Amino acid sequence: MSADWRIEVDAGRCIGSGGCVGMAPAHFLLESGRAVPTAPAVEPTETVIDAAESCPVEAIAVRDADGTLIAPA
Amino acid sequence: MTDVARTAARSYPFSAPDRLQLDPHYAQLRREEPLTRVQLPFGEQAWLATRYADVRTVLGDARFSRAASVGRDEPRLTPRQIGDGILSMDPPEHTRLRRLVAKAFTARRVEQLRPRARQIADELIDAMVAAGPPVDLVEHFATPLPIQVICELLGVPFADRHLFHVWSEAIVSTTSLTPERIQEYLDNLHGYIGELVEQRRREPTDDLLCAMVQARDEQQDRFTEQEIVQLAAGLLAAGHETTVTQLPNFAYVLLTHPDELARLRAEPELLPTAIEELMRFVPLGVASSFARYATEDIEVGGVLVRAGEPVIGSLSSANRDETVFTDPDRLDLGRETNPHIGFGHGVHHCLGAQLARMELQVGIGTLVARLPGLRIAVPESELTWKSGIIVRGLARMPVAW
Repeated sequence: MSADWRIEVDAGRCIGSGGCVGMAPAHFLLESGRAVPTAPAVEPTETVIDAAESCPVEAIAVRDADGTLIAPA
Repeated sequence: MTDVARTAARSYPFSAPDRLQLDPHYAQLRREEPLTRVQLPFGEQAWLATRYADVRTVLGDARFSRAASVGRDEPRLTPRQIGDGILSMDPPEHTRLRRLVAKAFTARRVEQLRPRARQIADELIDAMVAAGPPVDLVEHFATPLPIQVICELLGVPFADRHLFHVWSEAIVSTTSLTPERIQEYLDNLHGYIGELVEQRRREPTDDLLCAMVQARDEQQDRFTEQEIVQLAAGLLAAGHETTVTQLPNFAYVLLTHPDELARLRAEPELLPTAIEELMRFVPLGVASSFARYATEDIEVGGVLVRAGEPVIGSLSSANRDETVFTDPDRLDLGRETNPHIGFGHGVHHCLGAQLARMELQVGIGTLVARLPGLRIAVPESELTWKSGIIVRGLARMPVAW
């Protein structure tokens, strides 16, 4: 597995709308009303970009292995 | 857990809307009967959830479906069916459409619009001051501000506002328009957007509508023409009706809570928390609808909801839940812990929430800063409230300063 992406959720910003869980159920879950990534690193996939770009409060950041922000663009 | 008889249902809404007062039945239901049977003006009976935790479950749990409402006689306030648009979809169908436009409404993109919104608000106040009091705040401030912002974002000519603002009433009308007129206005709105879509194809522009058209033309199999038109019409209509209504509502609440208004004037840095508190405090809807259908048997509020049954979550009631909010019926502009769900919850959480927040902050912030003597220019009993639509709001709000 190479060049994993990292998913971060800003717990201070997250409002627990559950949008990311609906869009990318394999990558996010709700814990105590806040979204958390199911794993900190994932193989590159469009669905986590969808989730990050659709988060109503931009609480999700997707970065490549070098730390460069991929989404939200 | 109890299995409740499905025969007796309360009529819902419980009473005719009284300004921005929340019907006391909600507090009673939260205490005594957190899931209750209701009959809305149209459609089948439903469950109504009134406690914060239960409302969040109904709106946020994937076992509750909006898509399952399609083909059912959905409980609703409006004569027309809510239809098959984005509000009646579940993921992944819902995601497909939402993602098409979500990028334009992120906090960062909205922040870029703030200086322009401030400029518009300032120009509107300049015009009010030049005209002199009394001025109708609804017509001369609360209506043009959100309309101008959404027009520029979407790429709809502001000059056409007198047309589409009238047609947009079709989206919120219960009895204010006949069913025939509602259909006519919707057809007009869709026809109007359809023409703008064709214009974008001939002459591309730098706006959201054009981005939607290009996405459709690049991926013909992904979006239908009707989906693009319906979604854009929804953004235009819902994108301003709500803020147009909430701006005067918020101003009204502040002017009728002078101590809190004085606090905001003394501490302008409270503005963001003040807007969140007003979002919590003001029950925008005359009642809740958009029922979610259970896709399996699920316990909610101690009651077993059967698969296939619709459940409505009351946002306004959840926002007054005394187990979540300290002293919930008190307006506290400095409220520190405020996880309100005024913009909804779950995958259908308001797409324009950040835009609405920004507009409300700019609108209320500008009013408070520029018109220190702002007051309602008529006795409160002479204020006229809108009726026959799904939201509460002032028809006119004469103000002086």
